Amino acid sequence: MSRLVTDTMIVAERNLVRLTRAPDLLLAFTVQPVMFVLLFVYVFGGAILVPDFYDSYVAFLLPGIIVQNIAFGGFVTALGLNEDLHKGLIDRFRSLPMARPAVLAGRTLADVVTNALSVVVLVVTGVIIGFSFDASLIEIAGGFGLLLLFGYAFSWIFALLGLIVSSPEAANSLGFIAVFPLTFISSAFVPVESMPAGLQWFAEINPFTIVVDAMRALWVGAPAHNSVWGAVAWSLAIIAVFAPLAVSRYRRAAGN
Amino acid sequence: MVPAMPTRMEEPMTEARTPVSSDPELAISVRGLRKSFGDVHALDGVDLEVAPGTVLGLLGPNGAGKTTAVRVMATLLAPDAGEVCVAGLDVVKDAAKVRERIGLAGQYAAIDENLTGLENLVMVGRLYGMSRAAATVRARELLDRFDLIDAAGRPAKTYSGGMRRRLDLGAALVAKPPVLFLDEPTTGLDPRSRLEVWTTIEELVGEGRTVLLTTQYLDEADRLADRIAVIDRGRVIAGGTPDELKDRVSGERLEVRLTERADAQAAVRALSAISDEPPLADGDTVTVGVRRRAGVIVEAVRRLDEAGVGVDDITLRRPTLDDVFLSLTGHVAESDADDKPEEKPA
Repeated sequence: MSRLVTDTMIVAERNLVRLTRAPDLLLAFTVQPVMFVLLFVYVFGGAILVPDFYDSYVAFLLPGIIVQNIAFGGFVTALGLNEDLHKGLIDRFRSLPMARPAVLAGRTLADVVTNALSVVVLVVTGVIIGFSFDASLIEIAGGFGLLLLFGYAFSWIFALLGLIVSSPEAANSLGFIAVFPLTFISSAFVPVESMPAGLQWFAEINPFTIVVDAMRALWVGAPAHNSVWGAVAWSLAIIAVFAPLAVSRYRRAAGN
Repeated sequence: MVPAMPTRMEEPMTEARTPVSSDPELAISVRGLRKSFGDVHALDGVDLEVAPGTVLGLLGPNGAGKTTAVRVMATLLAPDAGEVCVAGLDVVKDAAKVRERIGLAGQYAAIDENLTGLENLVMVGRLYGMSRAAATVRARELLDRFDLIDAAGRPAKTYSGGMRRRLDLGAALVAKPPVLFLDEPTTGLDPRSRLEVWTTIEELVGEGRTVLLTTQYLDEADRLADRIAVIDRGRVIAGGTPDELKDRVSGERLEVRLTERADAQAAVRALSAISDEPPLADGDTVTVGVRRRAGVIVEAVRRLDEAGVGVDDITLRRPTLDDVFLSLTGHVAESDADDKPEEKPA
């Protein structure tokens, strides 16, 4: 077990060091989400009717767009693992006497760090353009924790994706096709009530809606029902399903 | 020969502790190895034996099954059938222990291009269980030895193809493994880098390590290997020392280069009368084994002339491993790696 922890930290360190060598990737974590926040707030913001509870679109949008952004944070894992697979690095790792799940666990752990970075960037951006917390410090911290947990869960989905698909390009487009609609057919950008009946039904059971509602409850005090625990449960369930699938796939991974 | 188990391994290999049915004197022993991917029989009953401290060259064309065999021996792939022991341990039952005793370097130079040479080797050392300090010391030793110390602090993506292979070899040697698998170590390299890698491999062998080397280059196997196993379509079709294999191709070789490639079949027909074995055509060259020297060139030229075949050049020479391969498999060893992914330019 201690071997797993040590090896996981070594792999996580490797992935974070890489990041500093490829500054363009860092740009993707920071500038791109900021761009989306600004586009949504200033292009769509005026046209979207938010529930009376929110005093502005940015108060409604920010928790939603942060959840969307964090779900995409795991993309690096899919791309990176697929690249490692093709370059033979996975073969090298598998020929070493290291803990089997460590390559994936280290990768997803590195995502938590980059996700934390992009959450901070987004919150700061939000505050600059008028977002304000209506929550205790504990609730704010709980929100951060939930975001990182949900992002971590999605990293495991992307880890599996990266080990299955034939190329980084395929990982990119498949991941996008799978995740993008999920994030949009949710309460992240518009109130669910404004959607047609069929979409509304889907949006209401969509885990994204549950996580977004939980974030609004934690950060701006919106009525939450049981969203917070629902969001935690969804995240844990995703990890429970996808982490073993990804690790089992890794064990059998055939390099080239 | 000194058995290649290093003294630093905490568990000495004893028959009582590690029951294996194969000969414990062998560094690598493979019996009846089979592996299929769907309908494709990548390995169709392979037997191999490698004595400690020697180099076995696994020689064969692309798709012969060389890489699959290495992947099984290096615990990356589970065999469908057969028994594979490396360093006295079963690769299926004792996979984790086998991994402590092998080093693997591949044709794709498995290094992280975004890390420096030093960081790559330190990472591998730590994953073998070394402390950061011990891994750093070992990494510097290896960088020094492979002439990479000046580039130690540069990201590996700035390295040339030859430097990457040397770093990859370094990574395989971090834990001083007694058994080394080198899967096409020079494929895709320019001639100068190829020579560098050869020299490095020769040094490793000089230290008493057991090496299993796969290659599609006959000259590489001839230069580096103590013994060669020729593999084609998932089976070992011949084995022996390079000289023994050359002896299997009888007598001298008559090689005729034709003026017109289209005449190849006519030339084969014309020359079949002067030898017991069938002549083999490869592009504009026809080769045939001959038992006697006297008058053979004159006779060949006369027969070709009668058949109306134009001749550019005609020579008698000693057989090479190329001839061995050709006569064993009926086809030429592919010497170009053009269907392999190319090395990324540095």
